Amino acid sequence: MSILVDDDTRVVVQGITGGEGKFHAEQMIDYGTNVVAGAVPGKGGEEAAGVPVYDTVRGAAREEDADAAVIFVPPAFAADALFEALDSPVDLVVAITEGIPQQDMASVYKRLQETDTALVGPNCPGVITPGEAKLGILPGNIFSDGDVGLVSRSGTLTYQVVDSLTQRGIGQTTAVGIGGDPIIGTDFVGALERFEADPETEAVVMCGEIGGEDEEEAAHYIAENMDTPVAGFIAGRTAPPGKRMGHAGAIVGSSGAGTAESKINALNDAGVPVGDTPEEVADHIEGFL
Amino acid sequence: MKLHEYQAKGVFADAGIPTPASQLAETVDEAVDAAEDIGYPVAIKAQVQVGGRGKAGGIELVDDADEAREAAERIIGMDLKGLHVGSVLVEEAVDFTNELYLGVTMDRNEGRPVAMVSTRGGVDIEEVAAEDPDAIAREHVDPAFGLHPYQARRAVYDAGVDRDVAGDVASVLTTLYDLWDDRDATETEINPLMVTADDEVVAADAVMNIDEDALFRHPDLAEMEDETAGDELEAKANEYGFDYVRLSGNVGIIGNGAGLVMTTLDLVDYYGGEPANFLDIGGGAKAERVSNALDMVFSDENVDSVVFNIFGGITRGDEVAKGINTALEQFDEITKPVVVRLAGTNAEEGMEILNTELVEVEGTLEDAVQRAVERAQEVAQ
Repeated sequence: MSILVDDDTRVVVQGITGGEGKFHAEQMIDYGTNVVAGAVPGKGGEEAAGVPVYDTVRGAAREEDADAAVIFVPPAFAADALFEALDSPVDLVVAITEGIPQQDMASVYKRLQETDTALVGPNCPGVITPGEAKLGILPGNIFSDGDVGLVSRSGTLTYQVVDSLTQRGIGQTTAVGIGGDPIIGTDFVGALERFEADPETEAVVMCGEIGGEDEEEAAHYIAENMDTPVAGFIAGRTAPPGKRMGHAGAIVGSSGAGTAESKINALNDAGVPVGDTPEEVADHIEGFL
Repeated sequence: MKLHEYQAKGVFADAGIPTPASQLAETVDEAVDAAEDIGYPVAIKAQVQVGGRGKAGGIELVDDADEAREAAERIIGMDLKGLHVGSVLVEEAVDFTNELYLGVTMDRNEGRPVAMVSTRGGVDIEEVAAEDPDAIAREHVDPAFGLHPYQARRAVYDAGVDRDVAGDVASVLTTLYDLWDDRDATETEINPLMVTADDEVVAADAVMNIDEDALFRHPDLAEMEDETAGDELEAKANEYGFDYVRLSGNVGIIGNGAGLVMTTLDLVDYYGGEPANFLDIGGGAKAERVSNALDMVFSDENVDSVVFNIFGGITRGDEVAKGINTALEQFDEITKPVVVRLAGTNAEEGMEILNTELVEVEGTLEDAVQRAVERAQEVAQ
């Protein structure tokens, strides 16, 4: 079992004729992902990464039964690509694009609330169910099949933690990179709900960071609703207030909102151990299994 | 991107928001001339992009030319919270009976903009929000429709604004939202909006921050960016296209991916060191980017050692190692010890390739950070 994606997922890649879109579509296919089509306006009828390209996402979904879209579209056009995916039959959208204007995302977010579609991202590495499918840019070779779910706001931090787990022989059910932007689709709670419902996920790692209140909400959710044990990590303990630490969403307010301390305390209060180092997170997970 | 007060006031005034008469001055003589022109009393206000200017001595009210000269001499060129004051805004002093707060920002937890009004203007609104959240009236906005007129009115009435100025304040709030929306702002704020004895409203301060990811569609605003406004190294990082934040410690940090770089900073602290910076080199690590990153960190005189932590995903460790070797070979002398840790795809091959005459190599993140902290302590002694 897994969450969000598996070997039945049929993927359409928006922006498949661009440099990144093509490269990562090929990487996804090499990993075994069932990429069935591309969607690029004006390129209908062509072929890219060995799959047919359609002018519209709806066309790709109808003709190739695609049920998930991955978006590699430049930031200026990404909101339109997101609206198109949300107005198509696909029920999962994974947006990799970094740098989408915040107000564009607010409009997309509003539309998202009116649909049943799940959105992962934007500004994220994607979703991987090891051995089955990856939607995005995650390096498949560091993941292994197993019992631990992982949800993270950061790409390379995910890889670091997965590497620690994999070296101890601990594999993953699914890893979800939810993205580093202030406005995202699936948040921690959204991913944790799915892991809680997945019978194969025996433990969950959540990697948070400074900014916003998603981790605090997740702590509340875990305390109230989860039986599956969770271990956490929070990046940005040393971040100064008012400075954006790489991710658009990773910022502590000038009066101290969104600090690592607040998140760590909330998680500890919910009974979630938080590692001081990525290795300590792996220690906690090992203890759960 | 933050606009200076005088720039934001210009944008607000063009949109019809009442602002006091003012002139920008870069020299003491210009400031005195402006003050004479406007008529006393005037406020001399440091143009730096930081809150709490008044408390830090960056704003002074003056009554005549001598006082104006004295204040301008003191403020122009001063160091205010670490920022150099290059200019002052000379502004008509407004006689007020009340100070209001008006602001529009993105509520990230709701994924929607929020317009706010409070009668507790003139102080740090985040402090008000923390102490007494009910003192701020909030209206969440559906971006598809914008701020409805009834919402602007409701916010003003809920906040308890004096009825005689309620209509004018609602109108300013509507304009503030429209500016936020049209100009891709992350924040528009007037604090305080002064209410005068004869029921006029005047924006005595102006804050406008623009979403950097949206600057491509606002070339006029992009031109207003003051590259000298921040730290010198931060400006250089901007040029190189790095996400960089300068801190005060002595362990330089280079890595890839925001979360992992933040974690590296945290680990430096955890192992008893002090991080000097956040530098995200981004995807890939071609020799040019590596050498630019090293150049940045080496040119920070506080730095005593460097930890270089790359988790290769799609980028292969052997390619990163070649980039690091090539970059380091370009330096005549490596003045500060560099500790490298590579992980992920082809990391082992990468670590074999690394030129250990130029760098120290560690196998884990924890070991690399501890080594860099030790080296910094040795160098500092």
